[in-house]
Amino acid sequence: MNEHFHVLVIGAGPAGISAAVRAAESGGHVGLLDDNPAAGGQIWRKGASLPKTARMWLARLNAASVERLHGWHVFGSPTSGVLFAERTGLASPAAEQADFIELNYDKLILATGARERFLPFPGWTLPNVMGAGGLDAMVRGGLRIKGKRIVVAGTGPLLLAVAAHLAHRGTQILAICEQAPLSRLRPFAMRLLTQPGKVAQGIGLRIATRGTHFYTGCWPVAATGRGRLESVTLQRRGKQWELPCDYLACGYHLVPNLELPRLLGCGIHEGFVTTDKWQQTSIPGVLCAGEPTGIGGVELAIVEGQIAGLAATGRVEKADDLIQKRTRGQRFVRALREAFELDPRLRALPSAETLVCRCEDVPFGVLRDYTSARDAKLHTRCGMGACQGRICGAATEFVFGWAMDSMRPPILPASLSTLAATGVGGAHDPSNTTSNQNRRDTL
Amino acid sequence: MSDEWDVVIAGAGIVGSACAKECAARGLRTAIVEPGEIGGGATAAGMGHIVVMSDSPGQLALTSYSQRLWQELSDSLPHSVEYERCGTIWVASDDDEMEEVHRKRALYASVGIATEVLDSCALAEAEPHLRKPLAGGLLVPSDAVLYPPCAAQYLVEEALRSGARLYARRKLKSAGAGIVRLDDGTELRASHIVNAAGADATGLLPQLPIRERKGHLVITDRYPGFVHHQLVELGYSKSAHSITTDSVAFNIQPRKTGQILIGSSRQYNAGGTAVDYQMVSAMIERARYFMPGIGALSSIRIWTGFRAATPDNLPLIGPWPEDKTLFLAAGHEGLGITTSLGTAQLLADHLVGNPTRIPIEPYLPERFVRNATHA
Ligand SMILES: Cc1cc2nc3c(=O)[nH]c(=O)nc-3n(C[C@H](O)[C@H](O)[C@H](O)COP(=O)(O)OP(=O)(O)OC[C@H]3O[C@@H](n4cnc5c(N)ncnc54)[C@H](O)[C@@H]3O)c2cc1C
Ligand SMILES: Cc1cc2nc3c(=O)[nH]c(=O)nc-3n(C[C@H](O)[C@H](O)[C@H](O)COP(=O)(O)OP(=O)(O)OC[C@H]3O[C@@H](n4cnc5c(N)ncnc54)[C@H](O)[C@@H]3O)c2cc1C
Repeated sequence: MNEHFHVLVIGAGPAGISAAVRAAESGGHVGLLDDNPAAGGQIWRKGASLPKTARMWLARLNAASVERLHGWHVFGSPTSGVLFAERTGLASPAAEQADFIELNYDKLILATGARERFLPFPGWTLPNVMGAGGLDAMVRGGLRIKGKRIVVAGTGPLLLAVAAHLAHRGTQILAICEQAPLSRLRPFAMRLLTQPGKVAQGIGLRIATRGTHFYTGCWPVAATGRGRLESVTLQRRGKQWELPCDYLACGYHLVPNLELPRLLGCGIHEGFVTTDKWQQTSIPGVLCAGEPTGIGGVELAIVEGQIAGLAATGRVEKADDLIQKRTRGQRFVRALREAFELDPRLRALPSAETLVCRCEDVPFGVLRDYTSARDAKLHTRCGMGACQGRICGAATEFVFGWAMDSMRPPILPASLSTLAATGVGGAHDPSNTTSNQNRRDTL
Repeated sequence: MSDEWDVVIAGAGIVGSACAKECAARGLRTAIVEPGEIGGGATAAGMGHIVVMSDSPGQLALTSYSQRLWQELSDSLPHSVEYERCGTIWVASDDDEMEEVHRKRALYASVGIATEVLDSCALAEAEPHLRKPLAGGLLVPSDAVLYPPCAAQYLVEEALRSGARLYARRKLKSAGAGIVRLDDGTELRASHIVNAAGADATGLLPQLPIRERKGHLVITDRYPGFVHHQLVELGYSKSAHSITTDSVAFNIQPRKTGQILIGSSRQYNAGGTAVDYQMVSAMIERARYFMPGIGALSSIRIWTGFRAATPDNLPLIGPWPEDKTLFLAAGHEGLGITTSLGTAQLLADHLVGNPTRIPIEPYLPERFVRNATHA
């Protein structure tokens, strides 16, 4: 299969949806691709009672002339202007048929969002130790959790949102542990006053989680249990105590999904894609919106998405008031970053035996001897597994200060039959030996 | 002030690392210089198949010698090297290729390498996922698989234990007349300078007849037991010996991790490390032709690497005729992981004036210098 788009948007979260909707106003052929079965991204998920903004944008998307490709993931790019995607869920031994599409575009908008950052500490790989957003998503997906005792830990505004939702589902939130000290959070709360919508959200959360201990400058130093989590050891101001619980929901804020921008060669500065006034990246024709340009939340994602959608279709004059909103949103990005900056003491949490790379079982003690991500990867296999370092990469970046190693395709696993399908026009007949003239030295 | 060495080696790929271990073991004052990671060049891209090949007498002699050296070393190798004697099966599609199996068996026997001829049934039993029927194959039980970057690391550590010195994160800027200059301004004096810079060997000696030949590899998720031996098609007896066209061949390898590594492709003038999906596709199609079920497996990574190819497909080992302090250990094309150990023995024996275990003549760099002056 092969399709051409005037504007192709990758990622159907708030940024991608708003980008596709605004781009479609131009009348061109617009595509919106996402690996999930439905639009909404990380936050506008089915099962959540959707806020008004979400319902409005989803309705606009439904009304717009946008070709929707749900349940596809982009895994490679053979050359500029072309992406390869595979239908998700096919890369399993049961599947026989390749389901592959070649996407050609004039303009590309990357709206690939963010994921949680995990930091290794003793016991973090035990069953029932999860990401904060991760546990939240599983509950929305049907995990029965009523009556369970939960500790929510890590950093970032996500912790409160997750705690509020889990409390609402009838769980017992024993504690919320925010690693940032109160002194950092205060100025952040002040800034929120300039963002009325967010304050209301914050107050609502506090009510929902009333009665829960909210600790600042506090984090889990160990999780223990036989076969699965039984208790968490927390630390605050040099004091440690143990708290028996059923789940630990622990995430250290968000890190952007940079795999596709990096594969395409987009310029990246301090961990985020660099963009100009019109969301244009360093690669001509490739724009970027939402979390990959800076962790700023839904409202900023929608603003950036719209600017990108307008810019990609040559209608920048319509984006004036959006630019102002974006400037305000970017102040919020900086405030978030300062408030939730990671405490350097978190680097010292792992013990020598603590696994850092879960795919390849590489412990902290082995990694300490290396000087770069590539060196460690070559000699310990850290980051070589199926997740391509999605989990351990952000951890080793923080713990050791290693920059990410180069990106190699496929950025998500693709079946071999899909790879076979990437060659166009059957130029190679596999049974034809003359196309294999040089098999004399075949190794 | 400059340091004095018996041997300075440029490059800690698997070849330079093996040479460093061997020189240091013989008591030579040895230094090895590497600008990047140890084993981070072609060595990091290679499949790590330790294989006896018989395209030419020189190739057969060096690969069989080296394969034995790996066997001797195998008990000392750390776990991280993932050495596993899984054996190779050369897969024959038809009766013509079965004749080739027998020819190959005789050649291998001539250098003392035991093999076993598999008929159609035995092949199907040994590798149930191969297409049926195939004519048969030749099993070489002593061939092995390893993880090259850790093998290079081990060889360098052994060299250091014997007193060698590693100049890490530095690079030779020039070498000749017993003097080596590094990019940080360090000057080293050496009676022997060994250029083991792989495909970059031409950076120090532009006149070397080395060209880069690009290859692609694909690795899958873990499927323990899907393949048991390294499987290579034998089909080349039917085709011309051309070194100008792009080519692919069925060549797949079981890793100790349960992953499957799929090769292989060859391209000249393919510039850049980018993945060429035409080649990948052709390679997978070829693999699928031999192993139809493989299409359902999930790939997690594709990468490319460059082999340092010489016109006769044999490496350059020994003195460079135009400067008596310069030596070469480069140009190992698609077999450098295998032949690194043999190369190191030949070079070290030659440096200390010992007789070499196999004749060094087929690999001497002077073969090309002579050709050039008569051209
Ligand atoms: C686990 C988690 C939980 C969160 N919970 C909350 C919350 O409760 N409250 C809150 O205010 N904010 C929450 N956030 C933050 C919120 O999701 C973001 O602010 C917002 O979704 C940003 O929108 P976006 O469009 O930039 O990215 P996203 O919503 O993340 O959308 C990006 C989309 O791109 C898709 N994608 C990425 N790469 C590819 C590819 N190669 N091929 C195909 N598709 C691809 C992703 O699957 C995803 O659907 C959460 C974030 C995470 C990671
Ligand atoms: C796709 C592919 C598959 C392969 N499969 C196999 C296989 O299955 N079996 C097998 O035996 N072989 C295989 N090979 C071949 C094998 O990988 C190479 O022959 C071998 O790695 C060459 O090792 P080397 O040390 O000569 O070169 P390299 O590993 O490239 O090392 C050269 C080193 O020199 C350094 N260097 C460069 N310039 C300088 C300088 N000026 N000063 C100092 N240092 C310098 C580089 O940084 C580099 O580390 C394969 C190769 C490829 C590409």
